[in-house]
Amino acid sequence: MTRDIFQPSGQIQFGIFFQGVNSGTVWKAAESGSQTDFESFRRIVQTAERGKFAAFFLGEGLRLREHLGRPHALDVAGRPDAQTMLAALASVTKNIGLVATQNTTYNDPADLAHRLSSLDLISGGRAAWNVVTTDNAWTGANFRRGGYLDHADRYKHAEAFVETAKRIWDSWETAEGPARPVLHEGQHYTVDVTPRLPRSAQYRPVLFQAGDSPEGRDFAARQADVIFSAHPKFDDAVEFRRDIVARSVAAGRGANAVQIMPASEFILAATPEEAEEKKAWVRSLQIGPQQAIAYLEQFWGRELSSYDPDGPLPEIDPVVEETSETRGSGFHGAKARQLADQWRAEAKDKGLSIRQFVTSKTARIDSTFTGSYSAVADHLAEYARVGAVDGFNISPWLIPTGLDDIVNHLVPELQERGVYPTEYRGTTLRENLGLETPVRSEHSVQV
Amino acid sequence: MSISHTPGFLAIELDGAGYQDLAGAVLAAESAGFHVATFQDAPRAGRANALQRAAFAGPITRTIAVVPEVDTVYTEPFHISTQLASLDYVSGGRAGWIATADESPEAAAAVGRSFVSGEALAQEAAASIEVGRRLWDSWEDDAVIRDVATGRYLDVDKLHYADFETPADFAAAPYSVKGPSIIPRPLQGQLPVLAAASLVGEGLVPVEAVDAVLVSAPTPGLLTAEIRDVRARLGGSLAVVAELDVVLDARGQAAEARVASLPESGRARYAGPAAGLVELLDVLLGEADGIRLHPAAVDVDLEELSRLVLPGLRRSGSLLGPLQDGTFRDLLGLGPAQNRYATTASGTGN
Repeated sequence: MTRDIFQPSGQIQFGIFFQGVNSGTVWKAAESGSQTDFESFRRIVQTAERGKFAAFFLGEGLRLREHLGRPHALDVAGRPDAQTMLAALASVTKNIGLVATQNTTYNDPADLAHRLSSLDLISGGRAAWNVVTTDNAWTGANFRRGGYLDHADRYKHAEAFVETAKRIWDSWETAEGPARPVLHEGQHYTVDVTPRLPRSAQYRPVLFQAGDSPEGRDFAARQADVIFSAHPKFDDAVEFRRDIVARSVAAGRGANAVQIMPASEFILAATPEEAEEKKAWVRSLQIGPQQAIAYLEQFWGRELSSYDPDGPLPEIDPVVEETSETRGSGFHGAKARQLADQWRAEAKDKGLSIRQFVTSKTARIDSTFTGSYSAVADHLAEYARVGAVDGFNISPWLIPTGLDDIVNHLVPELQERGVYPTEYRGTTLRENLGLETPVRSEHSVQV
Repeated sequence: MSISHTPGFLAIELDGAGYQDLAGAVLAAESAGFHVATFQDAPRAGRANALQRAAFAGPITRTIAVVPEVDTVYTEPFHISTQLASLDYVSGGRAGWIATADESPEAAAAVGRSFVSGEALAQEAAASIEVGRRLWDSWEDDAVIRDVATGRYLDVDKLHYADFETPADFAAAPYSVKGPSIIPRPLQGQLPVLAAASLVGEGLVPVEAVDAVLVSAPTPGLLTAEIRDVRARLGGSLAVVAELDVVLDARGQAAEARVASLPESGRARYAGPAAGLVELLDVLLGEADGIRLHPAAVDVDLEELSRLVLPGLRRSGSLLGPLQDGTFRDLLGLGPAQNRYATTASGTGN
């Protein structure tokens, strides 16, 4: 048996991604609860733990999203700090992993490594870091360093940051110390720190990463334990797995070293008809008439409130050359006028109104599993059989009850098919995911 | 005994509890009747992040305030503000902030920044506290409207940019923070901010920026005089919390024998039997609004404090009862926090 051949585990696992800010979380339904009260978080994380979910993810916000120069009013917004919330959830849970999305650009490596280590120890070895990068000055306006990082350097910078964090986690010799100092002199940071915390029960926090560009995939293949990917559709998932296995092996790691958990949305019911009805209802709440107009305004760079959401796309042109990052990283870079032309043609071609068109653009078409519990369970069992993914990272569209039907109905179906855990394997996230203990990083002291 | 003065509160520093027996320690402190648990962030081996330890304690407790030390010099004010607001949410409005200014060159080296010392420390602290407070106010209390008819989740008129800039005479590298916060206004509106009395005053952190000061003196005898001096210097409106190390006779071992192995803290220390501590705290609570106890060993001394000291103080009427469903602001006697950006005047009765 060689480490270079991928071996499917035959299992899938679930994580929950409590996004906090997006148009996918429905707030207009009567069942929708607070996005900030601790009870919402307690309820959903305890439901996930009842369903043997491997991990609970929190997103990170570093600047409130804007629309036409003011805070964006229509979507859910306002969320707690990831690690603070996860430390609190650690005291009301036992087994579920606690994943904090944390940015490499607006954190200091020594400080972030220490806080993640703290979370790992406080939770008994259940912490993980979802590594993300940002580079724009708009976000930087909230921080001392401002917009200091070029877009082109973001992965180079992030990798140096992650390696420094790993060396900090690895530099504690024994449970009692002594710790060896970690030095790093880079283009953007100088770090000189003597680590203060011992290893946790899982050695060091698990690393998640979501990069999808070739650089992002290579970065993940070299550094991450789990890729939080955007490829949940079966054929695409299989192809993505193949690519990641190749990159992992090329990076000198085993074919199974990096796990894959795509982002996904589940809309389920007892029958396929009910599930389709439910989907229509969810979509109508996700993208209302105001959201549809606002979505276009973001790309057009101008007010479009005189347009009928049930009519055709605006014939006037955008006033900005490029869309901005003010609505989040997903909006980067597209050329606005070119995009407007394309979209008008596409909507006309398909006979879509503004609202229908925006729904088609924003709904997580690729990442949504819709259907009866048993049909979706059959479908997921096929992923498990070939090892297309290691699991799914579910974004519930309702807080805090959005996992109830998954845990009550889908999970038992999957357990019956033998493709989903019936118990936690251990108490650490690394054990529960079935990850290997990491090898100590080689260069503990670098000058 | 009769009540000789307004009852005060007791805080306990839980740094020694580390992370291993944290839940046990904080629950023992709460059931003993302590009003506040504080968490130091001293750069010592084996100490987990103070704010996270406080957050862990939040959901498992009901009445005790959870108050971490958080440095203002080498940390990002935007992160700190969000983290503390989040702590307020997870503790149901029982959070506070002991704002510290790290004086160690090691802290500067860890984040690759120039070492800050002298008066610049208070400037950094003042700037960081101001950023935190502006961001906490940057969402008015009713900014989340969830108005289905108009499709608006937020009332944008109730969100405000903090637009903070360091003052022109700022000694360290200048910076700005835009805002608004990424989390709605904390449950208490404004978390109570505490700082060492030595950081507060003219030319330092402005008196109005803090809600309480921590007062320290080298001996118990000097503590009373120091409390009076601080009150005279800073005015009467600030709550004053006196700092006291305690080493009690415990588990058949005399306090004096335990003292020998302790490092110097620079704080006043009481070492001896529980009865003597009750007498000292009775006197000190006549001068200060609260006392923060630093037990030599949390597990050892907390047992004695719980069994002998707090009951003694309750009998003498020196100690406030536990504050059921109260906020940390309530404990400190602070009224509702007015929002500096509020577009509609509130609380202006006729």
